[in-house]
Amino acid sequence: MTLSSSNSPLTDEQARQLNDVLGNLEGHQIDWLSGYLAGWRAAQTGQPSAGGAAAAASVEAPSLTVLYGSQTGNAEGVAEMLGEQASARGIKASVVDMADYKPRQLKSESFVAVLASTHGEGDPPDGALDFHEFIHSRKAPGLKGVHYGVLALGDTSYEHFCQTGKDFDARFAELGASQLVERVDCDVDYDDPAEAWVTAMLDAIEAKAGAAVSAGSGQSAGGAPGKSQYDRKNPFPAPVLENLVLNGRGSNKETRHIELSLEDSGLTYRPGDAVGIYPQNNPNLVAAIIEKLGLDPEETVSLGETQTTLSKALMHYREITVLTKPLMEQWAAYSGDAELQKLVGDQAGLTDWMRGRDLLDLIETWPAEGLGADTLTGMLRKLPPRLYSIASSQAAVDEEVHMTVAAVRYESLNREREGVASTWLSDRLEDDATVPVYIDPNKNFKLPEDDDAPVIMIGPGTGVAPFRAFMQEREERGARGRNWLFFGEQHFHMDFLYQSEWLTWRRQGLLDHLTVAFSRDQEEKVYVQNRIRDYATELWSWLQDGAYLYVCGDADAMAPDVNEALIDVIAHEGNKSRDEATEYLRDLAREKRYQRDVY
Amino acid sequence: MADKLPEAEIIKRESRYLRGTIAESLADEATGAIAEADTKLTKFHGSYQQDDRDVRDERRKQKLEPLYMHMVRLRLPGGVLTPTQWLGLDEVADECANHTLRLTTRQTFQFHGVFKNKMRTLMQRVNALGIDSKGACGDVNRNVVSNVNPHESQLHAEIHRLSDEISERLMWRSSAYAEIWLGEECVHRVGEEEEPFYSYYYLPRKFKIALAVPPENDADVFANDIGLIAIVEGGELRGFNIAVGGGMGTTYGEPETYPRLGTVAGFVPADQAADACVAITAIQRDHGMRTNRSHARFKYTIDDHGLDWLREKFTEYHGQPMEEARPYEFDHNGDRFGWVEGENGNSHLTLHIDSGRIADWDGYPLRTGLREIAKVHTGEFRITCNQNLVLANVTPEQKDTIQRLVDQYGLRDGTKATPLARNAMSCVAFPTCALAMAESERYLPTLVEKLDELMAKHGLSDQALNVRVTGCPNGCARPYLGEIGLTGKALGKYNLYLGADHKGERMNRLYRENIDETTILGILDPMLERYAAEREAGEYFGDFLVRAGIVEAERTPAMFHEALATE
Repeated sequence: MTLSSSNSPLTDEQARQLNDVLGNLEGHQIDWLSGYLAGWRAAQTGQPSAGGAAAAASVEAPSLTVLYGSQTGNAEGVAEMLGEQASARGIKASVVDMADYKPRQLKSESFVAVLASTHGEGDPPDGALDFHEFIHSRKAPGLKGVHYGVLALGDTSYEHFCQTGKDFDARFAELGASQLVERVDCDVDYDDPAEAWVTAMLDAIEAKAGAAVSAGSGQSAGGAPGKSQYDRKNPFPAPVLENLVLNGRGSNKETRHIELSLEDSGLTYRPGDAVGIYPQNNPNLVAAIIEKLGLDPEETVSLGETQTTLSKALMHYREITVLTKPLMEQWAAYSGDAELQKLVGDQAGLTDWMRGRDLLDLIETWPAEGLGADTLTGMLRKLPPRLYSIASSQAAVDEEVHMTVAAVRYESLNREREGVASTWLSDRLEDDATVPVYIDPNKNFKLPEDDDAPVIMIGPGTGVAPFRAFMQEREERGARGRNWLFFGEQHFHMDFLYQSEWLTWRRQGLLDHLTVAFSRDQEEKVYVQNRIRDYATELWSWLQDGAYLYVCGDADAMAPDVNEALIDVIAHEGNKSRDEATEYLRDLAREKRYQRDVY
Repeated sequence: MADKLPEAEIIKRESRYLRGTIAESLADEATGAIAEADTKLTKFHGSYQQDDRDVRDERRKQKLEPLYMHMVRLRLPGGVLTPTQWLGLDEVADECANHTLRLTTRQTFQFHGVFKNKMRTLMQRVNALGIDSKGACGDVNRNVVSNVNPHESQLHAEIHRLSDEISERLMWRSSAYAEIWLGEECVHRVGEEEEPFYSYYYLPRKFKIALAVPPENDADVFANDIGLIAIVEGGELRGFNIAVGGGMGTTYGEPETYPRLGTVAGFVPADQAADACVAITAIQRDHGMRTNRSHARFKYTIDDHGLDWLREKFTEYHGQPMEEARPYEFDHNGDRFGWVEGENGNSHLTLHIDSGRIADWDGYPLRTGLREIAKVHTGEFRITCNQNLVLANVTPEQKDTIQRLVDQYGLRDGTKATPLARNAMSCVAFPTCALAMAESERYLPTLVEKLDELMAKHGLSDQALNVRVTGCPNGCARPYLGEIGLTGKALGKYNLYLGADHKGERMNRLYRENIDETTILGILDPMLERYAAEREAGEYFGDFLVRAGIVEAERTPAMFHEALATE
């Protein structure tokens, strides 16, 4: 075959030269050359040589490195899918967590796929921090010759939508890498756009790498063990076994313990995983929206391939409590209102306005005369599932899954508002109801393999949920490692979630320390971070003994405060500067000894 | 001591003079409870661990531990306290307890609803008032009670002084109290005996001492391990008859347990009274059974060994024998309500406090009223053994002021209630007492209302009749001395006891077992009818039952376990 720049990644000049050389080689020389090239290439990238003794004088299978930065496992999931499909096409793929990737390899790559979630307000996920920092630093290498594509996952209700993916996309280009496909930014409903991007990437890689590739006996990247038929796209209708309020009389809080049956679902999970549930919107809000728009709740609308009533669409399938920029843009376009259009153009102002407002607020502020039902549902994004850290271990509860859910209720802008899933679970579940669920694995929040390792758990409020799973698991396994729980809430008498279980474990010796902080039981507020500082010496001693640190719960205030407290403890007890202490904590994270599940 | 000792006995002995791990328990923030073993010890310090039983099951489902709270009882010999002390304790009720004060059947206060993290504060506040809680519970001598005796101030003062002395001498001594509650460093000096009297093993069970001045037996002197009956001749206190072996408690289904009234064993001169009490307590300390707590009270020690044995031991321990008992006579064991003139020109007002509970009720600001009185009162307060309150030593100049306040706050002097209503007694039971099987304090108002109806029906509204209700057979409200006695068996069900006298010298006996209110009233109705028709002048109901042959005159232990009637 004759090489050209169109059927290969070569330039015209290179293609001409190779054609000359190859045209003058005999069969055995070409065999030798192919093996030589394979070995040479392997030495360069540190990757095992791929059967250079491939009998067929086929072109070397292209090699794709799939890098993902995932917080809850979504980006990882797509990365794995990309890896599988790549192998199926004969493309050698290795799927690597950014946290595990040695950034210096980057310049030797030929094809790189970057899949990145954005976390919080535009930050990279924990595992991607190092890589993100590296690539933006002066140490970053030139990436000429590297072909890349970026898939960004995010949430349009945040101002810095898909920021991390955008960062990588821009930076790779800046460093000289060649973009294979346009970056795709995905909202929470990422399945379709992600699949499309995967296909586009692979098509592009194939095109660049040349046509005939042996249908590889590709290794599938990390096949999953015996899977259930149920997953995120096809949730399992789990019957409710238990649904009770954990708070005592007089509490300001409303936290529920919910037990669902997974019998006959085939679903399995491990402590630290989350359960995703598909909730329903509040029928009152749905009715108010429909009424405000003067629409008929029974009118048929099309959602993708299915038809349903407007009322059902808004209740089960569409997000109506959170505003997003795409929605605002479409609304502005529809209404033509000048003020709204101006707002939409003002990024910061728009984010500000959207915060705490829902679809009803939008309709009341900028009524959309004559807006049709189908148009409406077309503007809204899918009602996303909500994730809850699982509060049980299957070793203890078998075919059940337990959750700890705080009902979110508040008043804002003259109206009572509430969290969709939490209030659906608290107020509107019938006795014989089922909850559509799937398991969302989280490999970044796992008990240590070593049953003897000490474990420190910091979980105020509902953040305590996965630690219940941890303790159940350790109990069943007869793990002998020491365990220390820090818990905090408002009032000791009413809000000590699962108190009787912790006390039992403490009495039995499974739990060594049960350290508590109840913020409103005294004049001054006392939180878990105060306790962390109170117990600095012993905490440091546990860390010296190889303890694993886990933090679960509120991301906004608690996690940073706890992080600060930990740094203080490390600095003070370990005689380190603040920077050294911060680095120590980062090292712990790299060793998987500092894991966080914060939301 | 060869035989196996019960756990409570071992815990006590190994507690290092009542220290245990109380300090650690107090510091444990993850639970409102004190360590199990420590709960046996805190009794000695004056506290019982309780939980709000109304929410116990609800909290279990919520995966919360029981709502632990602590009851603290004070040591208050003779039930006497100053207005300053009253005001201080009233404040403590708000700061550390459940905004109420509870007058007990042994002349002292109980605080309820004290959370663990408030206990030290409470103890410190109380001790700052010159009051402590030592021995209010536990295997030691308890609060020493006496008549409130409003008439003879001189005599009352002597009796009170003696009550104080006895209480003081039989108080436990170890520095554990000061260390744990008052934040003092270990004040015990090595080489000194921490507990000169009690040693490290204290008493086998509780021990109760009462003093009475005939003809008033409001202290129910025969319900105590030691009852001192004052012998006054020519206006002078000569000495005391000593009654031994009284005790109320019994256990259902255990016929070896029974309530007993004290037996008069002899007489001692006044200046030997305190020594005599110490000697008798020492006898019980050394000879009471240690291996079986249900058979350890002094009453069983006496019944096991005999009265002669006791007299011998007394001579041995005291150094001199008791003299021959002298004559005495009691009229009644209730309180005298309303104003009474004292011999010294001062007046005394006895107020009726329903079940001894001092709180502000809707339309009845009892607690506020008493607080206001305490602010101006120049005399003292005396708690009675019937859970009522005497404003004692009101000077003639103050009398109007006090009366005005009484009227302003609608405080009750018992004159508007029937004699039955104002003499009725109940223990606390629910929601705090862990031993309660049926309601008591919360049930009494209803019961009294229904009994009042019955009495009125038979024209008996003016008749004094002692009604006593308890939530269990332990007998904290002395139900076995009630003309009508009820002890709780299950929610809404009680044992009915009948036939006690009206002066605390004859107990009742079990009439019917495990019956509800309707049945109780159904039994009493015809009896009261008969009583109304057949009674002699001045004859009390319980006495009538005996005279009419409905209930026997004598008492045996078996009569508290075998019901007289089944239908």
